[in-house]
Amino acid sequence: MSVQAPPRRGKARTQPTARRNFLGLDREGLMLAVPALIPVVIFSVYPLLRGIYLGFTDAQAGRNTETSFTGFENYQRLMGDSYFWESFRVGLIWAFSVTILQFFASLGLALLLNQKIRMRWLARTLALVPWAMPPVVIGIMWRLIYHPNAGLANSVLKDVGLISENIDWLSSFSLALPAVILVGVWAGMPQTTVVLLAGLQSVSRELHEAASMDGASTWQRFRNVTWPAIAPVVTAMTTLDFIWNFNSFGLVYVLTEGGPGGATRLPLLFAYEEAFRYGNYGYAAALGNAMVLVIAVFVVFYLIRRMREAK
Amino acid sequence: MDRSRPVATTLKYAALFAYLVFLAFPLFWLISTALKTPQEIALIEPTMIPNEPTFDNFRAAFSEQPIARSIVNTAFVSSVSAFLTVLLSIPAGYVMARYRSVVSRAAIVWVLLSQIFPWVLVIIPLFLLLRDFGLYDSHLGLITVYVVWSMPFALWMLRSYVAGIPYELEEAAAMDGATKARTLREVIAPLLAPGVVAAGLFAFVSAWNEFLFALVLIRDPDLQTLSLTLVKFIGAEGVARLGPLAAASLVATIPSLIFFAFMQRRLTGGLLGGAVKS
Repeated sequence: MSVQAPPRRGKARTQPTARRNFLGLDREGLMLAVPALIPVVIFSVYPLLRGIYLGFTDAQAGRNTETSFTGFENYQRLMGDSYFWESFRVGLIWAFSVTILQFFASLGLALLLNQKIRMRWLARTLALVPWAMPPVVIGIMWRLIYHPNAGLANSVLKDVGLISENIDWLSSFSLALPAVILVGVWAGMPQTTVVLLAGLQSVSRELHEAASMDGASTWQRFRNVTWPAIAPVVTAMTTLDFIWNFNSFGLVYVLTEGGPGGATRLPLLFAYEEAFRYGNYGYAAALGNAMVLVIAVFVVFYLIRRMREAK
Repeated sequence: MDRSRPVATTLKYAALFAYLVFLAFPLFWLISTALKTPQEIALIEPTMIPNEPTFDNFRAAFSEQPIARSIVNTAFVSSVSAFLTVLLSIPAGYVMARYRSVVSRAAIVWVLLSQIFPWVLVIIPLFLLLRDFGLYDSHLGLITVYVVWSMPFALWMLRSYVAGIPYELEEAAAMDGATKARTLREVIAPLLAPGVVAAGLFAFVSAWNEFLFALVLIRDPDLQTLSLTLVKFIGAEGVARLGPLAAASLVATIPSLIFFAFMQRRLTGGLLGGAVKS
């Protein structure tokens, strides 16, 4: 969730250089920062480093004192673990599908909401509904919709004539993942739409009108005027969306707990099971490390794009 | 142009309508389910609007599951987390805005990193750490995690609010011989009020909605937060229980909705405004 702080009034000024320690803070500054720094270091920085280390050990529930360093053993095991590859594949399909579908769906909605339409405020408010709901409630709500007997999905599809028998969406090996992806898109659309809408507001109206006068079609104007203006926003947003989706947990946990038969077991769900159901802390941490590596690849890819765009 | 192209206009509104049904209708369905009788929920052909709206499901939810207890737990954990987050973030946000220091730069990197971080990497060691401190399965442990977890964003918000306050005000206070802590308390903090409210609400709602940490760190049913109780509710999945489940889910949504109503202008307006100006 992102909230914009008000724009800066006047130019921000920083402290004039006084006696500073090696951190660049004077005594008073340090006193002000320390109350926040201590919990952050203890409960965020330290666990992060310990988590990385844990991935190279055989730590298990109930025998943490005898944990020993095992180097790359966990990673070798990961490479040969078909459950890991399955969750990795599911995670990539999920993250790519949700990100791409969410982007195109949101772009369409943002383009519509950016036009002069009647009751625009109402449309904008309704479009933001998923954003205002807790993830667990979203999961529960969609379980009601996908319910095999009382669910709305079956009833609507039967009315339209697309299906004749009730389907148990979330228990079907082939349908569970697409069903869950749809919920992911639903949940993520408002934020993506708002970001795109903000991007569209920055598109030059004059340039649009000039192109229109020169006889450019709607598509040509989109391709040559709108798209170049929003492209940087799109790159940043889709990269972040991908990372968030790859890291998601709560929504899918509530919907399917990773089932049926691992069909929706995202990497985080796999790690959660390994750690807290089977007690394999070291192995789960190794999986976390592997995920960070994957994400790092995307961040690097994004930074390269950024640098090329800046040129 | 609209008048000259009626087909395009109709298509436009049809597309918009389809979007809005897709995005807003599930919530309507949740509300509708929460108000139906068990008999009506069990119908083969579901009704859109309940025939005889009833609040029985709300009553049932509270009597069948410890919802009331969970609400109290969640409200307690969320308020304390929000209070501590803001209390720690005001001075730290001030330092980030006013000093060019290693700490400020590191904080910015940390804020950005926290956005892309896979939490599983932290949750196992955090679980071990809290257990070693005797904070596992306690509200204090959960609060600690929520404070650290909300802080990146609260810091980021408060930092930009501080940067918007003219430095001259502080210089004047310094001339009068006030210490920095006092200036912060008496000059800056009152001006930060809107930022403090926004950051506090954000921390409150994040904690209220949170699920993964609560799932890992809380075991005692008496300590459970609302998210956990709702998920447990799913386990007992008779059709008859869908009503209470929907009712309880709606109750859990209330703080989010209030936060959203309150922040909406800033969420959309601020973001859009910022983009227009730049």
